[in-house]
Amino acid sequence: MSFASHPDDAIRLADVRKQFGDTAALAGVSLKAKPGSFVVLLGPSGCGKSTLLRVLAGLEQATSGTIELSGRDVSRLPPAQRGISMVFQSYALFPHLSVAENIVFGLKARGVPAADRAARLKDAAALVGLGHLLERRPSQLSGGQQQRVALARAIVAQAPICLMDEPLSNLDAKLRNEMRREIRALQQRLKLTMVYVTHDQAEAMSMADQVVLMRDGHVEQDASPAELYARPATRFAATFIGTPPMSLVRLTAGEGGAVLEGAPGHVLAPAQAAGQWLGVRPEEIVLSDAEGLPAGIAGAEFLGGETVLSCVIGTGTQVLQVRVPGLCALPVGTPVRLRLPQTLHLFDDATGRRIEDFPSNLASPFSSKDNATCR
Amino acid sequence: MARAAGIGGSFGRERTTLHAWLMLAPAMILLVAFTHYPALATIWHSFFSTPKGARPARFIGAENYAVLADDPVFWLVLKNNLIYALGTVPLSIGIALAMALWVNGRIRGKAAMRMAYFVPTVLPMIAVANLWLFFYTPDYGLIDRMTRLLFGWGPTNWIGSQETALGAMMMVAIWKEAGFFMIFYLAALQAIPPVLHEAAAVEGASRFYTFRRVTLPLLGPTTLFIAVNAVINGFRLVDHIIVMTHGGPDNATALLLTYIYDVGFRYWDTALASALTVVLLLILCLLAAAQFLLMGRRTHYR
Repeated sequence: MSFASHPDDAIRLADVRKQFGDTAALAGVSLKAKPGSFVVLLGPSGCGKSTLLRVLAGLEQATSGTIELSGRDVSRLPPAQRGISMVFQSYALFPHLSVAENIVFGLKARGVPAADRAARLKDAAALVGLGHLLERRPSQLSGGQQQRVALARAIVAQAPICLMDEPLSNLDAKLRNEMRREIRALQQRLKLTMVYVTHDQAEAMSMADQVVLMRDGHVEQDASPAELYARPATRFAATFIGTPPMSLVRLTAGEGGAVLEGAPGHVLAPAQAAGQWLGVRPEEIVLSDAEGLPAGIAGAEFLGGETVLSCVIGTGTQVLQVRVPGLCALPVGTPVRLRLPQTLHLFDDATGRRIEDFPSNLASPFSSKDNATCR
Repeated sequence: MARAAGIGGSFGRERTTLHAWLMLAPAMILLVAFTHYPALATIWHSFFSTPKGARPARFIGAENYAVLADDPVFWLVLKNNLIYALGTVPLSIGIALAMALWVNGRIRGKAAMRMAYFVPTVLPMIAVANLWLFFYTPDYGLIDRMTRLLFGWGPTNWIGSQETALGAMMMVAIWKEAGFFMIFYLAALQAIPPVLHEAAAVEGASRFYTFRRVTLPLLGPTTLFIAVNAVINGFRLVDHIIVMTHGGPDNATALLLTYIYDVGFRYWDTALASALTVVLLLILCLLAAAQFLLMGRRTHYR
């Protein structure tokens, strides 16, 4: 059953658990990835994403569960026999070896003939643009160049699966964006199956084919970036993705359906949705002069290209964030009207899970032409 | 206050200089009196005869050195010391590294092990010598009991016979030194980021390959430091010999330093002892220089 039956999957984890004493770092993780796909393990620190990567690499033994890589059960194999390469967060370059020796370290250890080694070194160094630095020591390189050496070392192994543990976290913002594009291009060119750990949702959204959002050792949602943004499966997924993330407000029972506290006249969902959570993306709310949910400005954060307004609903205490383009420095206390979008998200209060059969057209009272306060 | 500032100028500066010299004086007096002057005086005296009674010392050039060259005991002592150094230096370094690797790993009772290995370092050499006197006691000493139990050997006079005495002395030195060097290796091992070993494991390097290509080169500076110290100790650490054998039997365990002591303070031939000391200094200088030149070039400093 386990070997030939899933030849399509490059990675297949079944109920992988990892226990450190009393704490479960991984509480039953299952996931699949197609060959050549870019999988990002995303989550806050301590969510188990790095542990999952280390278990995949074989640097940690899973307590239970099976790990199949390229159709092979590797659960009990050492890292070297798993057909993987790895880029570490700190790059893990050997400080006493030159760039060239660092890159071919694994080939030498595996006994690849010298001529073959030289050819592969040349290719890998050219791919990452290191050709002129081969004689240097790692300490003589900048952070970005060290990153490239680590990349080259991973590429030169020609392993079908490449694992990366927050490889860009030690670089400055500009270089990070540059490397992000380069890594993505390299992955597509070499048709690598990439497993990439990060806590940066922008990195995840821009690079991934498949985002595995993790929390407390389990998979919160496993989906494409578009799906993760458009249909977050849980309240946690909703508040983790987006800058600023989705606003969540509690619905209460009102006349004619579920309403927000402090704005009794505005029915947002059917009556049975009372007590559940409503999620709205800040960038989908429009400020309006005439109609919409009554609210008051509680704060404004100018970010350059846009302003994030915090709006208190009606006479209540719940806050919706609104993202408007440009500068929109409304003073605190300014009354505004918020027009909510067609697509609202509803989450169960008890389980935190998305409620799927939610009739979104109930939001129609707010769908007339906008009349924005800020331009 | 105002007057001091008003006078200022040269008087103020002189006073500062005076203060500086006063501050320096204690350390300088000690250094000059007990290090620099004796070292220079030793070299100076090695070119003079030993003053005896009414006969003052007179310049005799290199005659002391010529006497040494003709002295069979000097050559024996030199040979002994060479064997002693060649045996203790690599062995104590090797054992230190092995112990450090062992207690750096994931083993139970790690702290107790580390302490056990370090105990010989804490003990004074005199105490160690007395301990080993008991170990080496013929018939009922620890070593003889063990050899009888394991191999059925009869009693052996380990430090009393010419064949075994030097080896027995080397054993004590290694036992004393390895634990000390282990601490340095342990510190160096813990300074190597574990991620380097993980990277090597992912790259398919065996444990031995990783040790040879990653761990050992990164321990280079530590090894150089330890090697220099071990070599110096190979000529310097003789306390236990003084206590246990006095260089005997028949000079079998006599080393350069014990010979210097004998010549200088038992035969009172201070000029010859000076010449011997200069020879010892020269050997140590040459060895240290050679080590830095040979190993230093291939050592990676972070």
